[in-house]
Amino acid sequence: MPNMSLEKVKMPEQEPNVRNKNFEEVSLGYTRDQAMEEATRCLNCKHQPCKQGCPVGVPIPEFIAEVAKGNFEEAYEIITKENALPAICGRVCPQENQCEGKCVRGIKGESVGIGRLERFVADYHREHGTKKPLDIQKNGKKVAVVGSGPAGITCAGELAKKGYDVTVFEALHKTGGVLSYGIPEFRLPKALVQSEVDGVAELGVDFETNVVVGRSITIDELQEQGYEAIFVGSGAGLPRFQNIPGENLNGVYAANEFLTRVNLMKGYQFPEHPTPVKISDTVCVIGAGNVAMDAARTAKRLGAKDVYIVYRRGAEEVPARAEEVHHAKEEGIIFKLLTNPVKIEGEDGWVKSMECVEMELGEPDESGRRRPVVKEGSNFTIETGTVIVSIGQSPNPLIRQTTPGLETQKWGGIIVDEDSMKTSKDGVYAGGDVVTGAATVILAMGAGKKAAQAIDKALKNK
Amino acid sequence: MRMYKIIRKEKLNDVVELMEIHAPFVARKCEPGQFIILRVNEDGERIPLTIADFDREKETITIIYQIVGYSTQELSNLNEGDELTDFVGPLGEPTQLHQSKHVVGVAGGVGSAPLYPQLRALAQMGVDVDVIIGGREAQYVLWADEFKKFCKNVYITTDDGSLGRKGFVTQVLSDMIDKGEVIDEVIAIGPVPMMKAVVGVTKPHNIKTSVSLNPIMIDGTGMCGCCRVSVDGKIKFACVDGPDFDGLQVDFDELMTRQRMFKEEEHEVVEKNANRMCNLMGGVK
Repeated sequence: MPNMSLEKVKMPEQEPNVRNKNFEEVSLGYTRDQAMEEATRCLNCKHQPCKQGCPVGVPIPEFIAEVAKGNFEEAYEIITKENALPAICGRVCPQENQCEGKCVRGIKGESVGIGRLERFVADYHREHGTKKPLDIQKNGKKVAVVGSGPAGITCAGELAKKGYDVTVFEALHKTGGVLSYGIPEFRLPKALVQSEVDGVAELGVDFETNVVVGRSITIDELQEQGYEAIFVGSGAGLPRFQNIPGENLNGVYAANEFLTRVNLMKGYQFPEHPTPVKISDTVCVIGAGNVAMDAARTAKRLGAKDVYIVYRRGAEEVPARAEEVHHAKEEGIIFKLLTNPVKIEGEDGWVKSMECVEMELGEPDESGRRRPVVKEGSNFTIETGTVIVSIGQSPNPLIRQTTPGLETQKWGGIIVDEDSMKTSKDGVYAGGDVVTGAATVILAMGAGKKAAQAIDKALKNK
Repeated sequence: MRMYKIIRKEKLNDVVELMEIHAPFVARKCEPGQFIILRVNEDGERIPLTIADFDREKETITIIYQIVGYSTQELSNLNEGDELTDFVGPLGEPTQLHQSKHVVGVAGGVGSAPLYPQLRALAQMGVDVDVIIGGREAQYVLWADEFKKFCKNVYITTDDGSLGRKGFVTQVLSDMIDKGEVIDEVIAIGPVPMMKAVVGVTKPHNIKTSVSLNPIMIDGTGMCGCCRVSVDGKIKFACVDGPDFDGLQVDFDELMTRQRMFKEEEHEVVEKNANRMCNLMGGVK
């Protein structure tokens, strides 16, 4: 008889007023008993809608059934057949729009906590699991992967399992891409990212850090060096600005810079780590995506008293994961919705205040969301010394500028065939944010996996 | 893991040193005007430095740095045979070298280093090249002898008159223009106030002036947006759009302000780490 509780088993978390002063992980994860109890809420329904909601097709009811029986290693085996990075996905996937959004239990009450269960299984395996000896038959074919973010490591791992010699080229000094420089420690511990990357390295994948493809070596040169296929997963690293007056004042950061200083360079441990980060008592974050939530919650942890999320649309349009918004509010982040900045004002080169206008929602625009319209004469000013611009990223231009024959969209995304992830250039595949523009970790992983299958199909019989 | 060995280290004056580093990926492809980013150790800052010279056969890159704070001091504490944890590049766009008749290079302090390969390449293209090198005093005038190998004229100025003409590089440049010398392009590399002053001289005469900018930078690949500068009223990223820009269009005042963003923190890190630095420096403070 399934557990008919309308609510998910609560996941233990640090208290909001404790955690908003430290960088330890917010959510503590289920215990064995909690996981087994939550697993019994799954009805094991016939048509399995959750599975259709998963971009990589994890056999969700099957793994949950094993969790319910306490067979956590079996559950891990089932998940990792389709998803190489479950500890990461369990933490950062927007489950409410994917698997959990389709769960029949969600019609009346809360859906099954699929993300929490996935996380539990992955964490259990990391602590208790044993490594199975690998039996990989090398096929002697070389593949290059550009970027060690979610798309790149997934593609590399899948190909290595099939016997390819894979080299991943990473521009930064550290692997993980956005998982390392972007998502904060309190949401995704870096030790965990490292252990997932190590897992891929154990499959025989070589990681070359400090190599900027497009600068240190070009795609054409990689082909000359005998890489039979190349997967480009270089991400959407180019920050956008609003083009309002005052964006170059001291105290204005792109979210990427702010988060990179804190996460990759460990600025929260300044001066033990020498890369500084500086904020004022009041911090305004422009935007309301996951990156904006990360920036706002990071600013709070660095000691800001008042942290505002300033967003031009309304609560329903907020693009961040529901859990991040919930956590941010609990931690005291103030949401200024239907508010749009028009000008950042400074004094002696430093930010002093930000002028905003109030907005109201009009007719739906091309994205299907109601278009925000300025309320005339509603201008007001927020006194602030720090502004963090988090309104999205465009694909990094380096590769498209240095690769003849690679076709891209007007806005910079690499154009691919959606089934094979093939680009217009022979032997070159692409996926993740460099194709879609800034999206999610799981979509990037899905693209990496699809490309790996297409590369294998193309090279197998060559 | 790949490490980057220090093949040679030289002290050029009180505060400026040279290192030749083994870095095959960079040496194979770099061109004049490009830069690298290095880290001294696992916890280190990412330090951007312009490439002063390169040797494709030995697979080495020469960098020149001034000891200005904690991280450059950490770099200076290393010696020949030691290894750097990270060394990435080449970054930035190579300098656009134009065929013309007469180019004047202007270098201030360590600016000699990035200017050197650019002027050398121009000389090899058959361009008449002059250089004006400025420094606070004689010891800070770098590479005058090296420039002599391919420059028609090497002018030197020092603030205190201890070498060459007493005064600033701009005075020499003004005199050249006043004498009626035809200058197709000026390439100025040095402290921002110097580059600003050079543009102050060239702009009224509408002389094409190229400058190499060094704003605060983290990743150096266009990802963080920290190094943005205003050029002709538009936001440019020095790391991917530069570091060379049309000096006549650069907002130097904004750049100088942005360079001061972390001044207090730079002092703090030096003070907090004073004891450790002292030990590293063998007790010399």
